[in-house]
Amino acid sequence: MANGETKNFWVTLMAIDRRVIFLAVAIAVSLPLFLNISQTIYVSPEVTDLYDSLEKLQSGSKVLISFDYDPPSAPELQPMAVTVIEYCFRNDLKMILMGLWPQGPQQANQALETVVGEPPGASFEFNGKTYVYGEDWVNLGFQEGREFIIQRMGSSIAAAFPRDYAGTPVKELPLMRGVSNFNNIDYVFNLSAGTPGTVEWVQLAGDRFHATIGAANTAVQAPMIYPYYRAGQLTGILGGMKGAAEFEAVVGVVGKGTKFMLSQSFAHAIVILFIVVGNIAFFASGRKRRF
Amino acid sequence: MKREIPLIITALIGIVFIIQFFIPHEPFHSLSDIFSDWFSIIQACAIWLGALNLVKLSLDKIGKQGMIAVGSAVSLALLVAIFYAPGFLAGRLPLILFLLAFMLMFAGQYSRSRVKEDWFLSVSTVVSFVIIIIAGFAFSNGRQFLEPGTRFDYLYQYVYSPLSATMFAMLAFFVASASYRAFRARNKEATMLLLAAFFVMLGRVPLGDWLTSFMPEGARLSSLADWVMNFPNAAGQRAIMIGIALGVVSTSLRIILGIERSHLGGES
Repeated sequence: MANGETKNFWVTLMAIDRRVIFLAVAIAVSLPLFLNISQTIYVSPEVTDLYDSLEKLQSGSKVLISFDYDPPSAPELQPMAVTVIEYCFRNDLKMILMGLWPQGPQQANQALETVVGEPPGASFEFNGKTYVYGEDWVNLGFQEGREFIIQRMGSSIAAAFPRDYAGTPVKELPLMRGVSNFNNIDYVFNLSAGTPGTVEWVQLAGDRFHATIGAANTAVQAPMIYPYYRAGQLTGILGGMKGAAEFEAVVGVVGKGTKFMLSQSFAHAIVILFIVVGNIAFFASGRKRRF
Repeated sequence: MKREIPLIITALIGIVFIIQFFIPHEPFHSLSDIFSDWFSIIQACAIWLGALNLVKLSLDKIGKQGMIAVGSAVSLALLVAIFYAPGFLAGRLPLILFLLAFMLMFAGQYSRSRVKEDWFLSVSTVVSFVIIIIAGFAFSNGRQFLEPGTRFDYLYQYVYSPLSATMFAMLAFFVASASYRAFRARNKEATMLLLAAFFVMLGRVPLGDWLTSFMPEGARLSSLADWVMNFPNAAGQRAIMIGIALGVVSTSLRIILGIERSHLGGES
């Protein structure tokens, strides 16, 4: 009888109401937002490599940042966008912002706003220096055409993006005057949540036109990108929220990536706990013998 | 000719793109630029086609009575606004709304569709589409509609972004629930997958390093997670990528050579 009751307990545990799991995850994600626990962020080699490749750029170098994601992926990718923009401003790198996803240019504007503290407008002060739109940064906007836009940029960026996001002819922007194709871009930084994204940038801009590329990806996409990093086709990878936190750590910024790592730690811990409990119940209930 | 012309276009463009990758000189270089531009134009038109198709499907679900009801409600609201707030007429919004309401009633009059069960979602789709179109075209400084502070930007930041982020965030709950039920050590392969997931999930957050902080740096969970990602994962991904690439090459060749014709209407 006792044995039967124990077995029933494990069977019941295996069939636990999913709302209990939902509640546990909700608590695990939201509770850490109110806690103030400092965590040591370990910086992985792929993030160090990406940072080192950025460090090699000289003042005045042109960095093309492609925002290939939309708001659902922003919690992971937006902190990386904010950090890379701040890094570019700090090191006097000129930024060419664009998007292969329709929402990209607005995500770029939001990242700029986060760094500057207000809508950047035509010019703004940052760290005691005045930055001017068209000279220090441009936003080319979104252009439909997926990977064919990258292909077109290889022969002429002005042909792929005749006007910037506000309708100004690209040829009238001082920053773009000496930029005809990837030969005039020193570094491509791609923030990607899918297709078109990092894979297309590597295959076309990297392999075809020999651009130097660094990638920032969602945690779901990052494992698929590792072969390109291992083959040297990418200078480094920022993968998911952890990648954002590591990049913030190495650049010296405390942003949302670092702040949200505690929530991520708790969420991972609760999922692992559920998996362990599920497997204990699986073995204890005798279900294993059926497989 | 209905099938031959698309086949010729496909073959011509496919061959040009293959050749220009290996011989980036004239005339292939210019031809590839022209075809890339055309691809962008067609793709841009396809976005409109997709959006309008979504609206059409939604209108079908709302049904005849539904469309007339929504159109009448908007017209009535306009009449009330005109009587009680004469200044309301000064902008372009009333005219645009009136035209849309009229078109909705007109479409409803000639529609044969019936109201479907999920009509409310369809109404939301149509209303959202109309609102974002009006905000973007009429009230966001024309070409500067993406600028911070415009009505379009307001809708993007405070409606679209939170809603779409919420939809995506719900994945966390379903992933946890699915992991609990499906991640079982049923056999050797499943156990290996389970162990890899265990180490990577812990190693990718600071908690993993905290738990193994007594161990030397190279033996901590973060180093183990790095190793899993850089070696077993990269090797597996490479195998998958090579398989996919071979499949893509063979399918592309079949399409370029006109052997595969299912994309032209189902007949292969």
